[in-house]
Amino acid sequence: MARIELKGIRKSFDATEVLGGVDLTIENGEFLSLVGPSGCGKSTLLRVIAGLEPQSAGEVTIDGSVVDGIRPSARNLAMVFQSYALYPHLSAFDNMAVPLRMRRLSTIERLPLLGTILPSRRREERTIRADIEKIAAQLEISHLLQRKPAQLSGGQRQRVAVGRAMVRQPVAFLFDEPLSNLDAKLRVHMRAELAELHRSLRSTFIYVTHDQAEAMTMSSRLAVMIAGELVQVGRPAEIYDNPRDARVAEFVGSPKINMMPGRIRDDGRIEVFGHVLRLTSSQPSGNCRIGIRPERIELGGGPFSGAVVHVENMGAEAFVHLGLNGADARLVARVNDVRRLPDIGSHLSFNFAADAVRAFNSAGKRIDVTAEQAERIRERAIV
Amino acid sequence: MTALTKISIWSMIRHVLLIAGAIVMLLPFVWMISTASKPPSEVFSSELHLIPRHFALWENLQMAFAKANLWRFLLNGVIVTVSIFVLQVLVALPAAYALAKLRFIGRNALFALVLFGILIPPQATAIPVFLLLHRLGVLDGYAALVLPFTISVFGIFLMRQFFRNVPDDLIDAARMDGISEFGIVWRVMLPAAIPAVTAFGIFSVVAHWNDYFWPLIVLNSEHLRTPPLAVAHFRNAEAGTNYGALMAAAMVIIAPLLVAFLLAQRRFVEGIALTGIK
Repeated sequence: MARIELKGIRKSFDATEVLGGVDLTIENGEFLSLVGPSGCGKSTLLRVIAGLEPQSAGEVTIDGSVVDGIRPSARNLAMVFQSYALYPHLSAFDNMAVPLRMRRLSTIERLPLLGTILPSRRREERTIRADIEKIAAQLEISHLLQRKPAQLSGGQRQRVAVGRAMVRQPVAFLFDEPLSNLDAKLRVHMRAELAELHRSLRSTFIYVTHDQAEAMTMSSRLAVMIAGELVQVGRPAEIYDNPRDARVAEFVGSPKINMMPGRIRDDGRIEVFGHVLRLTSSQPSGNCRIGIRPERIELGGGPFSGAVVHVENMGAEAFVHLGLNGADARLVARVNDVRRLPDIGSHLSFNFAADAVRAFNSAGKRIDVTAEQAERIRERAIV
Repeated sequence: MTALTKISIWSMIRHVLLIAGAIVMLLPFVWMISTASKPPSEVFSSELHLIPRHFALWENLQMAFAKANLWRFLLNGVIVTVSIFVLQVLVALPAAYALAKLRFIGRNALFALVLFGILIPPQATAIPVFLLLHRLGVLDGYAALVLPFTISVFGIFLMRQFFRNVPDDLIDAARMDGISEFGIVWRVMLPAAIPAVTAFGIFSVVAHWNDYFWPLIVLNSEHLRTPPLAVAHFRNAEAGTNYGALMAAAMVIIAPLLVAFLLAQRRFVEGIALTGIK
């Protein structure tokens, strides 16, 4: 149970800056996902929190006390690694016992031969065994405790690694892409299991992933990192619906958001593919980009048209890829009724609601737009 | 059909070459066993024959053990080679861990020095080391046989190559679990590196068991002699060399190495393959 604060964390390896001043507060009991494309610095940030990597500048605070320069084990955090990092020569039981033995036994008690005959060691070993068996029962790995990591499947190794993290009762759990090495089916299953584990432990979870679906489905908050910067932090729904940056909009959501070139006219209205939308912006006139999620595109009617180039039928839903006339841009639209799919090559007209539009300026920052309410204008005209 | 004949001709040439090589390698051993089995009269006979007419291996072995304290020499060999190997591991593992996994200024320069160290033959430094041991007053003792070999640059190099393949996550997990850096070397890296340690062990034990040069320089006392010096003991300019007993003694001192290699063979090959030194 811990509140973790990061203030102005910077990290550079030689001349390359990996983290450029990250400020973030992770609340007590929160499931926060650090998400971003590979190489964005999210794993480095996690290692800075763990104490495995010293930051070049900035401060890490756990429950109000600064932990800079404190050894990883003394921070009382537990980490689950992508490769699980189980000790290959130890059984699952001994793997889980390592952190407890390191903490509860003295150096003399840990000695290979002499240590085992000390009565205090035997007493401690009994409580360690009890603790591990309790956790193992909770994770349903009691029958695997005597096996070596090489005799376990990927999912079982995953559980042992989580168990090793749990036995020491850390103030927070750090996960470094723990599901990446599992097959797709098991990954979906483990997602639900980890989220349940978080609910039952009520502990702080920091979870690093490049998979936006994992981050969206599990976390209470999402921190999107791109090129060493935190671009946006918020609840999954908020990030999906209200991205503050074009890169966030494009990273979150599958299939990707449709980005179309647009223009802000001199009168403040927004124009896309030669069609003026009922949207105005207070931004100066110039080029902009319009983002619309695939599910917000309404096929069959409207001022825009395109040719069907590809159809992906997922069973419950389908995605129609449209090539737009006179533009390189492709557009993906979701169709909920898979029984009525357009033929490839056929021409379709489409439209989208004004409130589905997310506009970004040429630098990729979000532009606020206001919908013109046609009715009100008409009313005013009458008065 | 032509392809098949080409392959079989090539494989025939290959096998002939390999067999020739094997004969060159094995003939001295065969000759050793043959001579060890011959009575003195046959050893000095002018005609060449491998199989002795009168089988005298047992007599020669008895003579070898009677003329020299072979058991004591074998024990000396064990004490010296085991001490050298244990000390080499104690030095090489932490050094290799630091060179493979820790980031510090000058790491690459240090590793270059290690590689450079492999190039220096022990004979080149023999006289300075001899003088150093003389000053320390440890000549003619086990210390003189062991001390110069406690730091093995080859061992550091071999273990470093192996440690580079150990995933970083494993070391980070150990750090999260509260194991110290030295603890990581002995509790995490050593168990992972058993094949490489075995391979290095074979190299080290064979080299120092068979070393003739260094013990010959630093030893005077007869009871401290290592196995190769024991064999030399049978060479006697005045009374004439007793070749039968000499070869029998040579067989005795080679036997422990052969047994050790056969026991560790699989691990040895694994270790060599894993470290990428073929």
